Amino acid sequence: MHTKTLKALSNALAAGEVSSQELTRHFLDRIKQLDPGVNSFITVTEEQALAQAKAADEQRVAGNATALTGVPIAHKDIFCTRGVKTSCASKMLDNFIAPYNATVVEKMNDAGIVTLGKTNMDEFAMGSSNETSFYGPVKNPWNTDCVPGGSSGGSAAAVAARLAPAATGTDTGGSIRQPASLCGITGLKPTYGRVSRWGMIAFASSLDQAGPMTQTAEDAALLMNAMAGFDPKDSTSTDIEVPDYTADLNKPLDGLRIGLPKEFFEDGLDAGVGQVVQEAIALYEKLGATLVDIELPNTHLSIPAYYVVAPAEASSNLSRFDGVRFGYRCKDPLDLEDLYKRSRGEGFGEEVKRRIMIGTYALSAGYYDAYYLKAQKVRRLIKNDFDEAFKNVDVIMGPTSPNAGFKLGEKASDPVSMYLSDIYTISVNMAGLPGISIPAGLSNSLPVGLQIIGNYFDEARLLNVAHRYQQETDWHAQVPAAFV
Amino acid sequence: MSWEVVIGLEVHVQLATQSKIFSGSSTEFGAEPNTQASLIDLGMPGVLPVLNADAVEKAVKFGLGIDAQITPKSVFARKNYFYPDLPKGYQISQFELPIVGMGHIEITLEDGSTKRIGVTRAHLEEDAGKSLHEDFHGMSGIDLNRAGTPLLEIVSEPDMRSAKEAVAYAKAIHSLIRYLGISDGDMSQGSMRCDCNVSLRQKGEEKFGTRREIKNVNSFKNVEKAINAEIEWQMDELESGREIQQATVLYDVNKDKTFAMRSKEEANDYRYFPDPDLLPLEVTEAVINRVRQDLPELPTQKIERFMAELELSDYDARVLAADRVLADYFETVVKESGAKPKLCANWVSVELLGALNKNDLDIDTSPVSAEQLGGLVKRIADNTISGKIAKQIFEELWNNGGTADQIIEAKGLKQETDTGAIEAIVDQVIADSADQVAQYLAADDNKRKKLIGYFVGQTMKLSKGKANPQMVNQILAKKLV
Amino acid sequence: MALDKEDVTKIAHLARLQVADSEIEATTERLSSILGLIEQLEAAPTDGVEPMAHPTDAVQRLREDVVTETNHRDEYQQIAPATEGGLYLVPKVIE
Repeated sequence: MHTKTLKALSNALAAGEVSSQELTRHFLDRIKQLDPGVNSFITVTEEQALAQAKAADEQRVAGNATALTGVPIAHKDIFCTRGVKTSCASKMLDNFIAPYNATVVEKMNDAGIVTLGKTNMDEFAMGSSNETSFYGPVKNPWNTDCVPGGSSGGSAAAVAARLAPAATGTDTGGSIRQPASLCGITGLKPTYGRVSRWGMIAFASSLDQAGPMTQTAEDAALLMNAMAGFDPKDSTSTDIEVPDYTADLNKPLDGLRIGLPKEFFEDGLDAGVGQVVQEAIALYEKLGATLVDIELPNTHLSIPAYYVVAPAEASSNLSRFDGVRFGYRCKDPLDLEDLYKRSRGEGFGEEVKRRIMIGTYALSAGYYDAYYLKAQKVRRLIKNDFDEAFKNVDVIMGPTSPNAGFKLGEKASDPVSMYLSDIYTISVNMAGLPGISIPAGLSNSLPVGLQIIGNYFDEARLLNVAHRYQQETDWHAQVPAAFV
Repeated sequence: MSWEVVIGLEVHVQLATQSKIFSGSSTEFGAEPNTQASLIDLGMPGVLPVLNADAVEKAVKFGLGIDAQITPKSVFARKNYFYPDLPKGYQISQFELPIVGMGHIEITLEDGSTKRIGVTRAHLEEDAGKSLHEDFHGMSGIDLNRAGTPLLEIVSEPDMRSAKEAVAYAKAIHSLIRYLGISDGDMSQGSMRCDCNVSLRQKGEEKFGTRREIKNVNSFKNVEKAINAEIEWQMDELESGREIQQATVLYDVNKDKTFAMRSKEEANDYRYFPDPDLLPLEVTEAVINRVRQDLPELPTQKIERFMAELELSDYDARVLAADRVLADYFETVVKESGAKPKLCANWVSVELLGALNKNDLDIDTSPVSAEQLGGLVKRIADNTISGKIAKQIFEELWNNGGTADQIIEAKGLKQETDTGAIEAIVDQVIADSADQVAQYLAADDNKRKKLIGYFVGQTMKLSKGKANPQMVNQILAKKLV
Repeated sequence: MALDKEDVTKIAHLARLQVADSEIEATTERLSSILGLIEQLEAAPTDGVEPMAHPTDAVQRLREDVVTETNHRDEYQQIAPATEGGLYLVPKVIE
C-alpha cells in the first residue's frame, strides 16, 4: 500500500478498496516503526490524523469526496498548523503551538487531505543538508550515513522512505528541489506568487515559495491543484487563474525546445551526476525534443547575490523572535537587552545566527549600497539572463545539485562549501521562476535529480515534461531497500 | 550675539480609518489591552500585511491638500529596531519613495500676516503599541492595540523661525487634516503628535546649526513652550561657548525644561530596505482625479470665498475658516437665519466663541447648535428682537435649550414695533420728565445728542427692553421739538 | 573584506544576539569567509541596472477598509511567555 502513488491511493479510496482510516493507520505505523532511523518527523499528529481520516471516510460516504479526500500527507514544520506545534526545527519555536493555519494547510484540509505530522527541516529553512535542525539531522533513506539535502530534508526523506505518500516543502534557494534530488523523489518549486505564503514562516520573503514533494509529477500536479491560487491574505500572491495541472500531463513532447545552459555543466559538477543528467537529456531527444545550447552568464553571481538578499530579508524577518509574545524566552532576564540577546542567542542555532549577522551587516549604514543594492542589481541581471533564454527555448534542463547525497558532517563545518551546493537552484529563486527536480538515475547508489526550469507560471508544462519522462523510466518508483 | 532660530516639524497624524493599515483589526480608541491585536498586529510567525485602501486614499487627499506631487509608485520599507512595543522588530514605513512629495501650506501669524511653509514629504507608516510603566513586579506591560494604526508622517522644511510660527504651522496642519476629514486630530488621544527639530545659528549665517529633536509633543501650547525651553537651553549653551550635540530630547511640562533621552547612547542604524512582503504602491492618475473631485473646499479657498461672496473682513474670514466644523457652523447660521453674513459672523465669533472659551468647550461640543443660533439671529435680522434681548435669549438657549421662537413666545420678548404703542410710551416719558425736556430744548445740537440718551433709556426701561430702539429714536426726535 | 572582532560585536548587538566571548573569534572567521564569497559581486557590471526587490512586476493590491478581526486575546496569550492583565510583560522599559 505504501509504495503506491497519491494517484493510485486516490483511485483505491474512490474504488472503496481501502478506507482513509486504514491508510492513515498504515502510514502512522510505518512512521512509528521506521522513522527513528530517518528522523524525518518532528511531530506526528496521530490523533488528529485519525480524526481527519474518519471525517474523510464520512465525506466519501456522503458523496462529497474530492480527488484527494482521505489521502494522508505530511507538512514541513514551517507551515503553521492550528493547535499543533510548529517549530521550524528551532529551539526558538520548540514551544510554539500555532494559533492558526497556513493557507496551504487550510486548502489541504478543505480538500479532505489527512495530515500525518510535521516534518523535520533545517532550522528556519537555512541549510542544504538538514543538519541545522534543533531536532537532529535527517538521514537519507538511501544511505543513512548521508544527508537527505535541505532544507525540506524531512519531507524528502519521508516520501523517499514511503513514510508518507507525499509532503509539502518550501524552496528559498533550492530547498524543495535539492532534497528531492538527493532522496530520489519529485519536487516542484512553483513560480513566486503561485502558492500563498500566509502562515508559512518566512525565511526570505521575496524568494520563499511552497510546493509539493511527491513520488511522481502526476502526484505533484494533483497537489498543485489543491495548493495553488491567489490568496487575499498574501499581497505577493498572483491573481491569475489556476489551471488543472493534470490536464496536459500526457501531451507529446514533439518539438519541445530544451535549453542547456553551458554554465550548468562546467567545473564543480560531479562526473557521476553529469552522466545521469546527460542520459536523461538524451532520452528527451528520443521523445522528440530539440536541444538548444544557451548561456546564463550570471549564474556564478547567483550565490553571492543570494547570500546577501536572503540573509538581509531573514535578518529582518527573524526579528520578531524576541521572547515577548511567543517562543523561547531566556531564564530570568536582567533587563530588556538581556531578554533580547539571550533569548535570541540561546534560541537560534549557529547557522541561523550567522545568516542574521550577515544580513544585518549587509543592510547596515555604509554597506547597504555595496552589498544589498548591488545584490538586487545582480538579481536583475540573473532574471534578464532567463528572460533572454526563454525567447528561444520552452524549458531549461540541467542537474539539480552538483552532487548526490554527501556524508553527514562532511560540509557542516564549512558554510561556504555548503552554500555552493545550491549553485543550480538559487538562480531560479532569484528570478522567481518555477523549477522541478525529478529522479533521473543513481550515482554510487545514491539518487540524482534532473532539474527542469520553466517560464513564469508554466508549471503545467514542467509537469507535462516530467510526467512524460516518468512514463518512460522507473527511477521515480524505486524505493531504498530498507523501506520497500 | 544675535541668534536665529530654525525649526522644522515632523507631525504624526493618525488616519481615521476603521481598520488598521495592514490588518482587519479595529482602530477604535480605549479598548481593553490587546483585544484589538490580531495575528498580524502581534507579528506572529508566518503572517503577512495587506494594505488598507482607505489609508492610501487619505494620504492622497493630504497630498492634494498641500499641492504636492503624488508619487506614482511609492515603496514601503522596513525600519529595523528592537523595542517591546514594536512586535515585528521593524516598523513598516516609507523611506526613499514616500507617497506624498514636496508641497506647501500657508500659516497665519498672530499679527494677521501669512507665511508659506514647505512640506518636504508625507509618508504612510504603522504606529507602534504602548509600554505601560506601572509596576508589574518590576516589569513593564505591553499593549499592542495601537500597533498597526495608520499614520501619516508629515515632514516640514526647516522654514519656521519662532515657536509661534511652529504653533501656527501645527495649527494649519491640524485645520487641514480636519478639513480633509482624514483624521480627528485629537491631540489628547495621540491622533496628532509633533516632533520639533530646533537649531540655532548666528544671524546672517547660511549653514544650519546642530539640531536637537523634541519628541512627541502633544498639544499646541506645549509645542510653543517646549520649543522656547529648548531655544533658551541652546542659547545658554552656545553663549557659554559649548557646542550642541545632536540629540533626541523630551519636554518635561512640570519643570518646563527639555532633557535628553537616556536610551539613545548608541547611534541608530535602522537598516531600511524595501519590504519584500509589499509590492510597490501605485497611485494612478485616475485615482488622483477621483480623489481631487471629492476634495472639500480647503481653508484658503474658504477664506477667499467668505471675503468675496459673504463680504466678511479678512480677519473674520480667517477666524471662521480656521476650523472646518466652525466654518460649517457659521454657514449653517447664515443659511438658517437668512441674515447678513456680517451679523452672523459677529454672533459666531464673538458671542458663541466667547461663551465656548469661557466654559472651556469647543465647537464640537457647543451646547447651542448652529440651527438654534441661526433661529436666534433670524429674529434679530427681522427686528422681532433687539440685540440686547438676543443676548438674553442666547443665554437661555445655552442653559436650557429650546428655540429662540419658543423663548420669545414664552417670555413675551417680542420687540414692540407698533408705532402707536411706542408713541404712547414716549408720551408718558416726556410727561414724566419736564425738567429734562426743558434742558433738552435749551441745549444746542451737540448737547442734545447726549441728552437724548436719557429719553431712549427711559423708554426702553418702560417697555421692558422690547421697544424697537430705532423707532424710539425716530419718535423721540419727532416729539421733542 | 575581513571583519574584526569589534565589527562582529557591533553586528551582534544590532541584531540583538548574544555571542559568547569564546565564540567571537570563530564567528568572525566564518562571517569573513562568507563575506569573501559575497564580494564576488563587486566585479559585476551593474551600471544602469535597476535593482530588483521582487520577482513580480505587479503592484500592491489593496484591502477594503473593513474591520474583520475579533478579540482572540486569551487564545493568543496562551502561548506567551509572560502576561498579566492582558498585557505582555517585559523587563522594565526605560526611556
